[in-house]
Amino acid sequence: MAANSSPRPVRTRTLGIGRVLVAVYGILALAATGRSVFQIIDRFAEAPLAFSLSALSALVYIVATIALVAPGVAWYLVARLTIGFELVGVLVVGTISLVAPGLLGLHSINPFGRESTVWSAYGLGYLLIPLVLPVLGLLYLRARRPVAIEADVLE
Amino acid sequence: MIEWFTWLQVVVAVVAGLFCLVLGLLGRQPNDYSLGATLLVELLLITQLVVAIAAPFVGNPARGSLPEFYIYLVSALLLPPLAGFWALLERNRWATVVLGVICLAIAVMVYRMYQIWVFQVA
Repeated sequence: MAANSSPRPVRTRTLGIGRVLVAVYGILALAATGRSVFQIIDRFAEAPLAFSLSALSALVYIVATIALVAPGVAWYLVARLTIGFELVGVLVVGTISLVAPGLLGLHSINPFGRESTVWSAYGLGYLLIPLVLPVLGLLYLRARRPVAIEADVLE
Repeated sequence: MIEWFTWLQVVVAVVAGLFCLVLGLLGRQPNDYSLGATLLVELLLITQLVVAIAAPFVGNPARGSLPEFYIYLVSALLLPPLAGFWALLERNRWATVVLGVICLAIAVMVYRMYQIWVFQVA
């Protein structure tokens, strides 16, 4: 049913302005990966929980980037899931990092400091892009929702 | 790291980024101008790499973490070829916008590299 009830190819999702979204996701994936790998190798013991979250966020950005590019209904759902997770992550971790940095094992709330992660202070160290991007991503996915999914899964 | 050269690099990357963004939003496909601006940004990054390798030997060591510095530098070096490849594969206005976005990202990364080299104490 799903296979032939999709008159519009899902691949069109990555057309147009979505290309730019993919590029920004790619850059953020690269940035988060580079930083978390370095922090884990160099100073993992200082704030293990925060740096593990850093690595997790990097992984989620990588999967989200791939999911935005890859065709198919399954990847569409993966994109929704990972981008939704990012939004929750940046809100929860951002709030904790400001209100109770100790919970994450952080010694300071400086978003540019040596313990900062992509999601600290809602991503202030990355020009708040980590906060804005999942919102744009979800709006974009919503606008490009494949017909088959609309009929079969979401409604 | 040479301070004035680094600032020049940041300015060039910002100007190139805005230039490509404007061209892209005007609907231009990637052309010699936008790709040329991105190429210039890449050439400056390669120069920065040479400077960074040579600087410690002439009494200009990094104050911050060298591995962190090089993660930024190598990541930045990868961006223009990837975006340029994209621009050649898919010749539309959004590829030009992407060139602009990566040039602006590189400007931020170079600024971070500057902070690491000059201020951050490991």
